[in-house]
Amino acid sequence: MAAGPLFAADTLPANIEFNRDVRPILADNCFHCHGPDASHRKAKLRLDVREVALEKDAFVPGKSAESTLVELINSKDLEEIMPPPDSHKKLSARDKAVLARWIDQGAVYQKHWAYEPPVKAATPAGANAIDTLVARRLAEVGLAPAPEADRRTLIRRLHADLLGLPPTPAEVVAFENDRAPDAYARLVERVLASPHYGERMAIGWLDVVRFADTIGYHSDNPRNVWPYRDWVINSFNANKRFDRFTLEQIAGDLLPDASQETRVGSAFNRLLLSTEEGGAQPKDYEARMVADRVRAIGTAWLGQTTGCAQCHDHKFDPITQRDFYALGAFFSDVKEAAIGRREEGMLVATPQQEKRLAQLEAAVVAARRPVQRRAAEIDAAQVEWEGRAIAASAPREVAAALKKEAARRTAKEKGAVREHYRAKVATVGSAELDALAAAELARKQYADELPRCLVTEALPPAQRRKVRLLPRGNWMDESGEVMTPALPSYLPRAGFEGRDLTRLDLARWLVARENPLTARAFANRLWQQLFGTALSRVPADLGAQGETPLNGALLDWLACEFMDSGWDVKHLVRTIVSSTTYRQTSVATPAQLAADPENREFARQGRFRVEAELVRDRALAAAGLLSPRIGGPSVKPYQPARYWEMLNFPTRDYVPDAGEAQHRRGLYVWWQRTFLHPSLLAFDAPSREECAAERTRSNLPQQALVLLNDPTYVEAARALAGRILAEGGATPEARIARAWQRALQRAPRSDEVRTAVELIDEHLRIYRADSKAADALLATGDAVAPSGIDRAELAAWTHLARVLLNLHEFITRS
Amino acid sequence: MNFFPTPFQTRRAFIGRVSQGVGAVALASLLGKGSSSVHAAAARPAARGVVHPLPLPQKVKRVIWLTMAGGPSQFETFDPKPKLASMHGQPMPESMTRGQQLAQLQGQKLVCHGPQFPFAKFGKNQTEISTLLPHLGGIIDDVCLIRSMTTDAINHDPAHMFMNTGAQIAGRPSMGAWINYGLGSEAENLPGFVVMVTTGPGRSPQPIATRQWSSGFLPTKFQGVQLQSRGDAVHYLNNPGRVSRAQQGADIAAINALNRQHDAFVADPEIATRIAQYELAFAMQASVPELTDLRGEDPRTLALYGCTPGDGSFASNCLLARRLAERGVRFIQLYHRDWDHHSQLNEELPLRCKETDQAAAALITDLKRRGMLDETLVVWTGEFGRTPMSQGNKGPTGRDHHNKSMSMWLAGGGIKRGLVYGATDDLGYAATENICTVHDLHATMLHQLGIRHDAFSVKFQGLDAKLTGVEGAKVIDGILG
Repeated sequence: MAAGPLFAADTLPANIEFNRDVRPILADNCFHCHGPDASHRKAKLRLDVREVALEKDAFVPGKSAESTLVELINSKDLEEIMPPPDSHKKLSARDKAVLARWIDQGAVYQKHWAYEPPVKAATPAGANAIDTLVARRLAEVGLAPAPEADRRTLIRRLHADLLGLPPTPAEVVAFENDRAPDAYARLVERVLASPHYGERMAIGWLDVVRFADTIGYHSDNPRNVWPYRDWVINSFNANKRFDRFTLEQIAGDLLPDASQETRVGSAFNRLLLSTEEGGAQPKDYEARMVADRVRAIGTAWLGQTTGCAQCHDHKFDPITQRDFYALGAFFSDVKEAAIGRREEGMLVATPQQEKRLAQLEAAVVAARRPVQRRAAEIDAAQVEWEGRAIAASAPREVAAALKKEAARRTAKEKGAVREHYRAKVATVGSAELDALAAAELARKQYADELPRCLVTEALPPAQRRKVRLLPRGNWMDESGEVMTPALPSYLPRAGFEGRDLTRLDLARWLVARENPLTARAFANRLWQQLFGTALSRVPADLGAQGETPLNGALLDWLACEFMDSGWDVKHLVRTIVSSTTYRQTSVATPAQLAADPENREFARQGRFRVEAELVRDRALAAAGLLSPRIGGPSVKPYQPARYWEMLNFPTRDYVPDAGEAQHRRGLYVWWQRTFLHPSLLAFDAPSREECAAERTRSNLPQQALVLLNDPTYVEAARALAGRILAEGGATPEARIARAWQRALQRAPRSDEVRTAVELIDEHLRIYRADSKAADALLATGDAVAPSGIDRAELAAWTHLARVLLNLHEFITRS
Repeated sequence: MNFFPTPFQTRRAFIGRVSQGVGAVALASLLGKGSSSVHAAAARPAARGVVHPLPLPQKVKRVIWLTMAGGPSQFETFDPKPKLASMHGQPMPESMTRGQQLAQLQGQKLVCHGPQFPFAKFGKNQTEISTLLPHLGGIIDDVCLIRSMTTDAINHDPAHMFMNTGAQIAGRPSMGAWINYGLGSEAENLPGFVVMVTTGPGRSPQPIATRQWSSGFLPTKFQGVQLQSRGDAVHYLNNPGRVSRAQQGADIAAINALNRQHDAFVADPEIATRIAQYELAFAMQASVPELTDLRGEDPRTLALYGCTPGDGSFASNCLLARRLAERGVRFIQLYHRDWDHHSQLNEELPLRCKETDQAAAALITDLKRRGMLDETLVVWTGEFGRTPMSQGNKGPTGRDHHNKSMSMWLAGGGIKRGLVYGATDDLGYAATENICTVHDLHATMLHQLGIRHDAFSVKFQGLDAKLTGVEGAKVIDGILG
């Protein structure tokens, strides 16, 4: 057979590595029919397991020329060639050459990288290990690191990455002038200690667990979960260990030291989509909920796409359908109705609120005593009243009960009559009854105002849902086996075998040292937050269809360091942001752009547009409008009229918040899954119907329309203009300088000043001639326009402020 | 949104102007791009999507998809069932329904419910449809009726997702996104995927979620853009206060000038795109009002559709659909809601027919007159069908959701005209002849657009994700001419 590869052999790696070179080819082209999924396997051949491939004579190690595989991939016979033409898959000449060389070198297999335990590479003491490992990789690929960014960029970058807020001009100047050798280290500590750190860190986590204020399906009605959002913020701020953070979310109700706080964390189990659709089938939604929960564990902790295994064994990864439903069975004890309105949830009170609630409760108890003392009298008067009561004047339920003989009324009916009598009719003991009613009302009113949160409550064993393996994912097929909780068969499970497992076990296994995935998945996403691109490119999928990290040693080191530090998130953040690698400039040289256009090697920092919520935060901060308050119920910014027109059951009006709530940070915006605020959507905020480990970063005309015309940004521009005029001094140049400082924390260049002056002059001419036009612009938004400023001037400067809020530089982290 | 990327030269051209400030030149350039014209789209070379060259002959350039949300009853529209009529009021044969999953009728007594309105024969081919649809009857020889459609889902939300994305789980791209991704858009200054929903007085219908036109895991620019009939047609389209177009242009010119000046220091390729998007946003602020301004339409055309411009009716949206089609928009989806007749079938369904019949027929007629029907695929369908059994537990009688039989129609390029395809059993419970699935429908649509459905995939979560799913789909050859 003429196997002679057409591909120049010298461009192939000298030593073929299975994971790096061979697995991607087999996964893309062969595993569909010759991989882990037994139901689609052809000719009983699997190429993902060496023993089976050898048994089926797929190849002869060391001898590509004698190997069937090589013969078939090079065949000219359309009946014979692999992959077959109707698969629409085709091997390149290079692919074929790689496979042949791999066989010649002995056809050595490796386990998929992410299922091997991470190994902490030895690095020289005293050096930042990240820098050492990046440098090793850069030497291999022939790239040189970029120089350090300037001071202004560094402080703006740190603020963006860890607080999501710009530094004040004064903070920038102070850092620029701080020549102490530990200036940067002190800056890092200041930033890590800020209460806004938790807000910033929460954004990514809320995406990955699909946190939203509404149920998601059909009517998309509200539910009470915002205390969980605050729990996430507080956890990051308190630097709660990530293993504990995990336990509280998955099993906060089962912990030996369960508390209100851990129970709020357990709201994680309730963040899935649910429906109130009439006619929806409970079994259908039970199946959806099982799958939803398994996908969430896969995305948030394991970095595994498990969704395929809902219907069949995964085609490329070793996760089987059994693994999928066995994971789902861990959640069979989570009390949750398949259909219908979610409950109000657990009362979440602060210690002071609990104290007040106890006082009000005590007042009720106290008010009950005098009533009890006169109970016989009151009841006798009631009997007497019933004899002469005119049923028609009572509410329907009471009237119906009164028509029955007292002895034949149900307990509920008796209660209704008694309640009605005592509240509306009684004259005997009315003072005592009124006092009791008042005390009860006070308690209720206070309790109703307190936050509530859906949390996890475990069902007793007898009431747990049956989780069946659903053939082809079909919930109507009840022939599948009933599953008991079990951990995925392809991952290490030492210490979690030979006994019945609970959610708490699942949580402990996720953060067990032996689990090769969780720490890698977290470190990978953190790297993405701090560089713009993850180390393994697809953070939701560390499996076969994801990407083998170009610098696997670095990802492994971070994962090990994270676990070794006791899952210390701030330690991991500090380690990364302190590295020279992090502090590089993001300005690429033409040579760098040519060699590594997507910055996969990190020979420079990333530049990217900030997340949707942070676009909003930046504008409000520059305007001086931003509320610094942390936590609380979600807020409703201005939104286009009728945007919720298509919501129903019930139809509802969107009422924007007034006052300070109008200027809260983006992460507090009401997250309506089916109709997310259009300004957030335009900047790629996910709907959170599914877990999302990364966001796209699009560059769309809608973004321009938002920043130009959304009342939030117009109001911010006017407020910024007011600040510029109030703080900037008398000359246009001084004011422009102030404007640049507030928006960009730098001085304007002379060409920029010229552009700004021209623009202001042009608008000022218009507004001087047409004061109504100025009034119309200044009327946008609720915030009060400052008085004592010439309105034409304020309007003209609003245009300049608007231009600044629209600049690429303004919304870019560099 | 799938706008044309502005060529890189534009940016270079602009750089030359920076030294002249943000005054006249840049502004004039921005204003000059103001409005799109009908002919501009035709004159442009076709924009490329990822499928290039097309593996199949392209029969149609675009799709207009008329979604009758709620699930119209086939028994009062397209599937006459004399046997069902004769069994009206009698129990449904148990052999048919035993062990089957129903929605709100699960566990209820199942009673046959005959068609509630007369059917009549229309056109040369004497196609039998409901007398509630006389206008459609008038053009029925241009239409291909399918009576053997089925779907996988029986609740609204999952059924819409399935019809729009080929999957019942959120997060998948909708068909309009897939098609724009595959083919690119020919629309200048307009999105390639536009959605309109009938608004106006009426009952409170089933909700519709934006995920129905989401781009899923495809880039955001492919997502559907909803065109509103009241307020800003596109969110934030209008300037604040009384800011004039010239003032808006001046601000955008300044933004772009400052961005270019910044680019000189940071060499960020995203800046060129940002500048292009601001130009496009500004162009759109003119092109969208031009699109939605129906004053230039011939009064006879308005009468054909039966619409009053600006009323948000299905008729107005059908006319806008034609205008969008003329401007090269690739996928146009119209929603008309309130077809969910669990009750009050006899009262409500005729109203829905009246609201939609004339305009849907007019759309076909108008496209045909303009020579555009041959290059357009028009699809009329709900998200599922309805039961031949009555539902009486929600007030005056209606029908429950049903996925084993439903009717729909197609018209346009490459689709056989005047054909009735497929059939259901005597009682209309299940499709029995030439059974079609949602994936088959998607496969057929892609086929007409020149795309092989089984080779059109994107890597997502370990799979070659396709609009037509993993279980296999077939092009419905029987309806292709």
